Amino acid sequence: MPDLTKTDVGAPDDVSAGDPAPQPVAKAEKARSLWGDAWQDLRRNKIFIVSSVLILFLLTITFFPGWFTSANPAYGDLAKHYLQKPQLGKVFSPEWLGYDQQGRSVYARLVYGARTSIAVGFGTTVLVTVTGGLVGMIAGYFGGIIDSVLSRLVDVFFGIPFLLGTMVVLNSFPERTAWVVIGALGFFGWTQLARVMRGAVITTKQADYVQAAKALGAGTPRILFRHILPNTLAPVIVVATISLGVYIGAEATLSFLGLGLNGVSWGNDISDGGAQIRVAQWIMLYPSIMLTLTVLAFIMLGEAVRNALDPKTR
Amino acid sequence: MGRYVARRLLQMIPVFFGTTLLIFLMVYALPGDPVQGLFGDKGGSPQVIAALRHEYGLDQNIFVQYFNYMKGIILHADFGTQVASGRPVTDVLGDAFPVTLRLGGFAFAIEIVIGISLGVFAGLHAGRAADTAVLLITLLLISVPVFVLGFLLKWIFADELRWLEPNVNDPSNYGQLLMPAIVLATASLAYVSRLTRTSIAENMRADYVRTAIAKGLPRRRVVTVHLMRNSMIPVVTYLGTDIGALLGGAVITEGIFNIQGIGGTIYQSLVRREGTTLVGLVTILVLVYLVASLLVDLLYAVLDPRIRYA
Repeated sequence: MPDLTKTDVGAPDDVSAGDPAPQPVAKAEKARSLWGDAWQDLRRNKIFIVSSVLILFLLTITFFPGWFTSANPAYGDLAKHYLQKPQLGKVFSPEWLGYDQQGRSVYARLVYGARTSIAVGFGTTVLVTVTGGLVGMIAGYFGGIIDSVLSRLVDVFFGIPFLLGTMVVLNSFPERTAWVVIGALGFFGWTQLARVMRGAVITTKQADYVQAAKALGAGTPRILFRHILPNTLAPVIVVATISLGVYIGAEATLSFLGLGLNGVSWGNDISDGGAQIRVAQWIMLYPSIMLTLTVLAFIMLGEAVRNALDPKTR
Repeated sequence: MGRYVARRLLQMIPVFFGTTLLIFLMVYALPGDPVQGLFGDKGGSPQVIAALRHEYGLDQNIFVQYFNYMKGIILHADFGTQVASGRPVTDVLGDAFPVTLRLGGFAFAIEIVIGISLGVFAGLHAGRAADTAVLLITLLLISVPVFVLGFLLKWIFADELRWLEPNVNDPSNYGQLLMPAIVLATASLAYVSRLTRTSIAENMRADYVRTAIAKGLPRRRVVTVHLMRNSMIPVVTYLGTDIGALLGGAVITEGIFNIQGIGGTIYQSLVRREGTTLVGLVTILVLVYLVASLLVDLLYAVLDPRIRYA
């Protein structure tokens, strides 16, 4: 559902953030770059700090699950079953958040499930940014017939509801690894970044310094990657960060539909827990909280960066 | 205006064919075979299977199949036959579509009314506590996945409080549809209110608003006639693209609340590998999406007379 990230008024505003020539910079003050300026702004932004801490914490869990639990998330002991309630006093022990219907530790599954979400989220975002960015850059820079063809291609992919498309693709893969899910999400997700990038490149390529580089005889790749790319990054990074959260949500939704990764994942656990919600709410509740917090963290980070990069909101 | 509409319609043609071809290829690349599926584990005799495959045209080249399918749609509005039941897909759709339309329409109404009111409220109080509260609530609503929200609401309001029915048994009953419609509308509602808020807060500083206030118009008139009309363009854009998303999102909502609509049918045909039904349903969704985005473009001119389509 990447089209959902369009929370701002419209691309033109974002695009202007990419323009590196903010009107004659105040004379007395030390001239800072767009990014330096944004950093000063972000350092004092509470939302930015909260979301960064959350994301760092999630990354730690992802890379070092052993630091947080010694329990095996796949080990089920039916004697424990879900009739044994969570023991909230026993922090970080396997019985802390209770057991699920197979007698597996909810806490251990919470810790190991982070890996799936983060891997799919980052993987899809990288894939989408590279492919969408390239297509958008080519369409925006060359214009004309290339632009028309590529833009129609984007329209074609955009016309298919995101979740529906990924469902159809994933349904034909019985063995769903992280790569398959990333590929399916990326297959339908790249269009949004292509549109953002195209808009940013069209604005940037008119700039004087691009004309100057051209006049000096710089080749097309050099102009594209050395001169245009750095100045289109701002809107791309914002959209990519927000959609990272959206993809994590999408992965869980696909797992819920039985079309996600085979293995430990919050989506699978929420789906299982949903059936037990009358007797054992915790099976579903804790993965839901983690999932929501994770999505929230990335969306908040993206918005904080957007506000910092857009001088109009200051 | 007429020429603009004609040009937009012409532009829609390649997109329509591209999207349907993409769906067609994806669906028929699935390893399953609906004719095999008719026979269960035991399997049918190869002759019968071959005859059935021939009858449904499944033995032809995929592009020939696509061409024939499109010919059927355009010439006879024939979207194919559901293999499992032998009913025409349009018939299946006729049963499912009104249900989803009612659910989607209900959700759309909730989204517009609550989303825009929240957004206008926050935008008029930009920078104050009320604004921050709306901002945080909408952030949270965007982050909660739809199925989590569905389970939670169902548990709280149906299982614990017993205020609402847990499942929809009668889709013509709006009381039963209330909870699913709220679940379906939540994320979009949050986006609508944020878009409205940004737009209103920005236009509040515009000269024409100051003029309107200065010439002594009542505040109500300034907000509804001057401010809102000018702030609605990004919101209308979003609402137009959201129609398709609502219909697609119905897959999950209808699954949770046991609604026999288009989403449930899509999911069933996906699992049963019924390509014809799936392609027919998605083709119709794509048509709805394309028409909605055209209508949105035309609405711009109504909202902002400065936009002229030569």
